Amino acid sequence: MRLDTVDQQLINHYQRNLPVCERPYREMADTLGISEDEVISRLAVLQQQQVLSRVGPVFEHSQAGASLLAAVAAPVEQIDLVAARINSAPGVNHNYAREHLYNLWFVMTAPDEDTLDERLDELEHQLKLPILRLPMVEGYHIDLGFDIDWDALP
Amino acid sequence: MNHPAPHPDRHNGSYLFDTEAFSAWGLLRLRQKLEEGLPLTPRPYLALAEQTGLTEQQVMDAVRHWQDQGLIKRSGLIVKHRTLGYRANAMVVWDVPDEQVSELGRALAAVPFVTLCYQRPRRLPDWPYNLFCMIHGVNRERVLGQLDQMIASHHLEQIPHAVLFSNKAYLQRGGRYVSNS
Repeated sequence: MRLDTVDQQLINHYQRNLPVCERPYREMADTLGISEDEVISRLAVLQQQQVLSRVGPVFEHSQAGASLLAAVAAPVEQIDLVAARINSAPGVNHNYAREHLYNLWFVMTAPDEDTLDERLDELEHQLKLPILRLPMVEGYHIDLGFDIDWDALP
Repeated sequence: MNHPAPHPDRHNGSYLFDTEAFSAWGLLRLRQKLEEGLPLTPRPYLALAEQTGLTEQQVMDAVRHWQDQGLIKRSGLIVKHRTLGYRANAMVVWDVPDEQVSELGRALAAVPFVTLCYQRPRRLPDWPYNLFCMIHGVNRERVLGQLDQMIASHHLEQIPHAVLFSNKAYLQRGGRYVSNS
């Protein structure tokens, strides 16, 4: 999807450092030289178009609760069904098909480790498939707020 | 005559959670609401205040406090890269000797097109890989080219690896640590 220059600038400037003040959208508007109303309506449209999932904070996993990356090897003909069951499990927030014997990869979160284990045990039981459990050992770079390479996009 | 104590530095310490004015319930509710995103109204922090029983000032103080603490690692527009045209998302996994994994992880984290990099445990015999890198790219050819470049520049020819392209996103949303049922 091609975005116009103003949308691109919004994203370039504000993947981080969203102002914390009474009128944050007005501050963003002043920076970009447009009106507060326009900032708000552009953000709403970008959310509707699924360009943005939301505007707001990203919480640090290690401090925010328990989470891990998990994978299952779903029979190929059942992959959509297995994916749907994973999606409906509590605490799942990402779920991707990948090209591998382990073909479904998802992130599960919970308020604490015990709850996380219980949820995974329950899901494993439902799916009747072993779940590969891969907690983070050490993070070297964890930030999806990278600069968008607009020129490389289709 | 007693004067009230000076207002503690809002960016320092845990006074936020010791003050009776901040209800624990309100803060928990605020966390839940923030995980869903900021309201798109002229005064979003006031809207959050009304939903949590806090004041607008308390909401802003709590957000700043969580930012300073590192609980919030960034605040802003959360992009769905796939919609923009980042269609090739590769998880590249490596089986690195244990004594080298931290050093290599730090080196690969600095590669501009590596968007995530972390160490996870092996699960033998099913899963021998202990270092994960994510490349968000525009198309498969370009990503494979970037990977070749990385292998050459970091001398990774001898390190076994696998490339797991993602071909479908079934679900993608922010982590909800406190708000899911």
